[in-house]
Amino acid sequence: MARILIAQADGSEAELHVPAEDQIQFDEVGGDHSQPEGHVIEGTEAHGGGHTDVFPPFDASTFPSQILWLAISFAALYFIMSRIALPRIGEILEVRRDRIEGDLAEADRLRQKTDQAIASYEEALSDARSKAHEIAEKTRSEIKADLDAKRAKVEADLSKKMSAAEARIAETKTEALGHVDAIAAETAQALVGQLVGKVPVKAARDAVAKVTKE
Amino acid sequence: MANDPIHQFVIQDIFTFGTIGGDGHEGSGISLAFTNSALFMVLTTGIVAAYLILSTRGRGLVPTRWQLTSELMYEFVANMVRSSAGTEGMRFFPFVFSIFIFIFVGNMLGMIPYFFTITSHIIVTFAMAMTVMTVVVAYGFIRNGPKFLKLFVPAGVPSYLLILVTPIEIISFLSRPISLSVRLFGNMLAGHITLKVFTGFVVTMGSLGFLGILGAALPLLMGVALTALEFMVAAVQAYVFAVLTSMYLNDAIHPSH
Repeated sequence: MARILIAQADGSEAELHVPAEDQIQFDEVGGDHSQPEGHVIEGTEAHGGGHTDVFPPFDASTFPSQILWLAISFAALYFIMSRIALPRIGEILEVRRDRIEGDLAEADRLRQKTDQAIASYEEALSDARSKAHEIAEKTRSEIKADLDAKRAKVEADLSKKMSAAEARIAETKTEALGHVDAIAAETAQALVGQLVGKVPVKAARDAVAKVTKE
Repeated sequence: MANDPIHQFVIQDIFTFGTIGGDGHEGSGISLAFTNSALFMVLTTGIVAAYLILSTRGRGLVPTRWQLTSELMYEFVANMVRSSAGTEGMRFFPFVFSIFIFIFVGNMLGMIPYFFTITSHIIVTFAMAMTVMTVVVAYGFIRNGPKFLKLFVPAGVPSYLLILVTPIEIISFLSRPISLSVRLFGNMLAGHITLKVFTGFVVTMGSLGFLGILGAALPLLMGVALTALEFMVAAVQAYVFAVLTSMYLNDAIHPSH
């Protein structure tokens, strides 16, 4: 039966050859030989609508309808995509990109501001530090100068007093030394007076002077 | 019937509009009908439009999961177009996106049992390929004028070789719509037939008793593996079609290689 069908198919429609063979081959594998006949007839009926019994994708009678509906549905799809769907998605993506870029720029601006604030703070700090150092240095030198001046004054005072004292000592000393002659003369007069008798003061003095000169 | 791997590709009229031209005999003239194929084309457009519009309804700065998938698809195709056809190619972004999403969703719908696969018909893929080529040729001539023909005369090739190279370039250009359409059509057709054959084995062998059920395990596993493979093929073929479209558009924008 299958063979007859193939022969018929070959006779009527060259294009049928390959698919029909496939069909038979498959049905043989399926193990049911009575199937092809009913099958093909059923298929023919199912195709209906004037479509011939060829391999469906090569059935030229269906082409106009398919092209017509492809054109309609694809044109509609293209219209909806290009006018509504894609601009909308593109807009969403653009808004998001702008937003992210804006946020990043804002963050960058704030970061720069922070950096600036930190830099000015550091500057103020180092400024204050150097100022403090300066003040401390100044104070220290002032105190030192003051101390030096006072010390110099005190020292000068002391040396003056010391030299005055030295002068007085020297004066006292010379004075004392001057008295020594008179005392020696008196002592000598007294001694001589006791031993020899009365001696004029002048002689005693001369004698002492004579001794001290030697 | 259940095991016929070709049956899934049969076009069935849902309602007809009658015929244009012809002599009144059966099969003459152009008959127009709303078929199962048309239903799934319209369904594809409807699903894509509804999904993209509804998922982006909130226009959220922080996207919802639905919105994120739409955005990912947008960026995926946008990057593809930008990398193949440059910034100028972005004017064709809606076109490439429509092609990609139409094929992708059409292929995926075809993976659902009892659903029709629109891309398993050569006329559909060929019509899409011809649309691409028409856009390429039309824009190529509008933008570059006669310089578009430089596409067939590669720069830097010695003149004596041009005699050989130019016909090759012309033939390769003319074969583009064929390779573009046959690649998609062939992949979808062959994949669905193979899937149907293997899963058909499961049913046939399962009805043969205990040993048959044991034997059916192997084609069942194959069916599971093939289903995964077919999902991948469905996505990859949509991607390939869209990438090639962007590359052909790049030729229209920059005809000299």
